[in-house]
Amino acid sequence: MATENAPRSMYRAREGLGVWEHRGEVAAVGIGHGPTSRRWDGKPDTSVGAISLLALRKAIEDAGVNPEDIDGLVMDELTTTGAFWPQGQELPWDVINAYNRTDAPLDGITQLSAEWILKNMPELSGVQFTMYGRVCMSNAIVVAAQAIGEGRAHTCLVLKAWHNLPGRYYQTGPNADDAIPGTNAMRSLWGTPACYGTAIQFAEYCRKYGKNHDMMAPFISNSRRNGLRFPEGYWAQHRPEEITPEDYKAARWIAKPANLFDNDIPIMCSAAYLFTTAERAPHLKQKPVYILGHASSRGQARSFIPTLDEVEAECASSGRKLLEAAGITADDVSFENLYDGFPQFHQFHMEGLRYRGIQPGEALDFYQTDISISGPNPVSPSGGNIGSGRSRFWMHTDCIQQIQRRAGERQVTGVEPVIGVSGGPMPTGGNFTCWSATPNY
Amino acid sequence: MKQGVNPDDLTRPFWEAANEERLVIQNCTACDRLQHPPAETCSKCGSGAALEWKQMSGRGRIYHYGVVHDCPIRLLQEDQPFNCAVINLDEDPGIQMYSHLPGTPVDEVPVGAAVELVFDTAANGQKVPEWRVVTDN
Repeated sequence: MATENAPRSMYRAREGLGVWEHRGEVAAVGIGHGPTSRRWDGKPDTSVGAISLLALRKAIEDAGVNPEDIDGLVMDELTTTGAFWPQGQELPWDVINAYNRTDAPLDGITQLSAEWILKNMPELSGVQFTMYGRVCMSNAIVVAAQAIGEGRAHTCLVLKAWHNLPGRYYQTGPNADDAIPGTNAMRSLWGTPACYGTAIQFAEYCRKYGKNHDMMAPFISNSRRNGLRFPEGYWAQHRPEEITPEDYKAARWIAKPANLFDNDIPIMCSAAYLFTTAERAPHLKQKPVYILGHASSRGQARSFIPTLDEVEAECASSGRKLLEAAGITADDVSFENLYDGFPQFHQFHMEGLRYRGIQPGEALDFYQTDISISGPNPVSPSGGNIGSGRSRFWMHTDCIQQIQRRAGERQVTGVEPVIGVSGGPMPTGGNFTCWSATPNY
Repeated sequence: MKQGVNPDDLTRPFWEAANEERLVIQNCTACDRLQHPPAETCSKCGSGAALEWKQMSGRGRIYHYGVVHDCPIRLLQEDQPFNCAVINLDEDPGIQMYSHLPGTPVDEVPVGAAVELVFDTAANGQKVPEWRVVTDN
């Protein structure tokens, strides 16, 4: 069966669409994570395909469903963190041949198709619906929720995985060449690292509102602290290192005003969820977490970098769309898990949502208050990418686990975890979900 | 030093003009609207036929800047740290260009200041639009 990208109609990208037509009809009932690592070690059982099989099987077991009852799979076939198989390097045939392969030899290694998953999970004999929600888990969640709401599937796996290969991030390929094509040169001749655009927006934010870089320190420390309580995460598993405010302020610059800790770390990782209908969910092993609504952002910058004005307008629109879809107000939100990779745009997401009533320009002052998991205003209880490495899915896992009250040491205690929001990645382009303890909040 | 540039079909008029020390930007005559970076079609109306190249005055202002300490481009790494500013064109402040701001000390960039067009030379001899802060004298 050929897997296609989700049509644009599955994303709710406009304001004024009203409450989501499937509000409370879809629930998350299972979670599974594969092990993390900094880079792939070349072995068959640590490939991106292998860790994804683990994640999927864990999610199925967690939910307590019979694999044969699963009829849907939504995922992203793109897995790169910025690393590509080096041109001319011999293919790893021992790894390729360790699994049931597809026509693309590097499937399961530097990409991951639905076909590869199904060839290697024969227990998923009932899957009739597959679809790609490209870019990150935020997309796949929206597509899977919409698919179940529309009746395309009733029990659907949702998967996102990332591979990372040896070598420094973005230092190879065209970046190492003596000359590049004219189209690429328009952007890349000036040598800006990935965080540069966000750093520019953050710099303008600080100028406009009279803030400074050091005011980010409590957010970074809080995020890493929460991440170290996330046993599935990279830092908790491999390098249990806190980031103190002093560490943050002393870190080396990447593109000032963005320093090392204003960037996340690319890793190998994979996560899977199991979604089903609200009718089936109560009969499974875990407490269901219902999706009240979802929203998408499709902002378009006029030129190279979205300006602060463009970012603030788009985030405000995304916030309105999500609340409208979920049929709630910002006051109903128990906690937020909006995206943080890069952390210097987390405040744009938060302000756009009007989390705890904060207005544009107020988030960095908010960071100076109690934003911990034990306080009344938890910020990023997942710890996000800063807490656990670049996955773009910790925020979603945490929303589900918080509402199920099985977030372990991360469990929020200062608020009742009834409504959580998550989503990203970019302020001008992302997908957002509202999760709820009940289907009819 | 900047990487060399191999002009392609889409961007050849831009790079050829740069070699003549002129700055041209794509303009949609149907929308009377500039766009940059260049594209095959107008991002507003979708027309490809109405796109032309329009010469700019070479004046702009600094929107903001960063200082690059960890550059992914091999040829530029020996120049670290360096300024990289976003320039808004006077003709349309919505149009941005990047600049290393030659002549401006690292991290001493006057945000909002007026800048004027100059040209740098890339590794393969291609001229590249750059911007210099306008001083009173």
